[in-house]
Amino acid sequence: MSPLAHIKPGDWITLLLGSLLTLWLTATLWQGGAADKAVIRSGGKIFREVPLSLDQIIEVPGPLGLSRIAIRNRQVRIAADPGPRQYCVRQGWLKQAGEVSICLPNQVSVELNGGNKRYDSLNY
Amino acid sequence: MTALTTRSQESGIRNQESGVAHPEFQIPVPEFSISLATTAADHHIARMAALALGLSVLEAAIPSPLPGVKPGLANIVTLIVLERYGWRTAAWVSLLRVVAGGLLMGNFLAPGFFLSLSGALCSLGVLAVSKHLPQRWFGAVTDSIFAAFAHIAGQLLLVYFWLIPHTGLLYLVPIFAAAALLFGTVNGVIAAHYLEDEKTYLL
Repeated sequence: MSPLAHIKPGDWITLLLGSLLTLWLTATLWQGGAADKAVIRSGGKIFREVPLSLDQIIEVPGPLGLSRIAIRNRQVRIAADPGPRQYCVRQGWLKQAGEVSICLPNQVSVELNGGNKRYDSLNY
Repeated sequence: MTALTTRSQESGIRNQESGVAHPEFQIPVPEFSISLATTAADHHIARMAALALGLSVLEAAIPSPLPGVKPGLANIVTLIVLERYGWRTAAWVSLLRVVAGGLLMGNFLAPGFFLSLSGALCSLGVLAVSKHLPQRWFGAVTDSIFAAFAHIAGQLLLVYFWLIPHTGLLYLVPIFAAAALLFGTVNGVIAAHYLEDEKTYLL
């Protein structure tokens, strides 16, 4: 008796549902939009490129002083900055590839890079 | 303790039937000993759990590319027991196998043990529901696939909330899901094969 004879019609449906679930998980969790490295710039030049897999805090020097950039749980944020308005600090955690946080007064920025960038905007 | 209880059981049966057992096979028992009153159903559960245990020891020898990806052959026994003797017996066999497996592999109360336990509890929870699906359309393969996904979901949740609270774990989820689908299907087909074979009276 062939092994396939033991699979009932409903079992094929379950098998199909299981395959769809696996494909969906693969598509959503392995998508290119997930960032894999952070590009830190200081004064317009690339200061460092760091992978997101390692949790760490990086101190970047600028004209006003040190900006601290924190990487945790595959996300990145500017934890502290000497600038007056703190816009970049308030932006919070960056998660998707293409997201960027810029501290203009201290000339420090951090950008997430991944497999493929999402569009900022679309025009028709 | 197992030897003692088995002996008292078997000698009891022998005395009723023939009066004389084989004296050379009897294990000497001290005057004062603790013996558990066990029923035939207990022995049956123990025998099936032992079979499941044997399969899990067997597959511990198979090298795995990623910790946690393994065939789960012991679940074939759980599936057959579920179909023939109901959910309570299946739960006994499955949980006994987890505890005895932990003792045998030396990871009782270690993280690996709790991973097996959470996986087994989640599968049993799902099996309690999936066994009520209409028998005509859904067989052991469906139960097996559902149980395999529940097993890996339970394990991953425990890993995330207890051992590795890092979203990097999500990158492994598709691999685990694919393994659950593959091994769930294969185990289900094997279980269905044995369920249709009347000769598997041992189970």
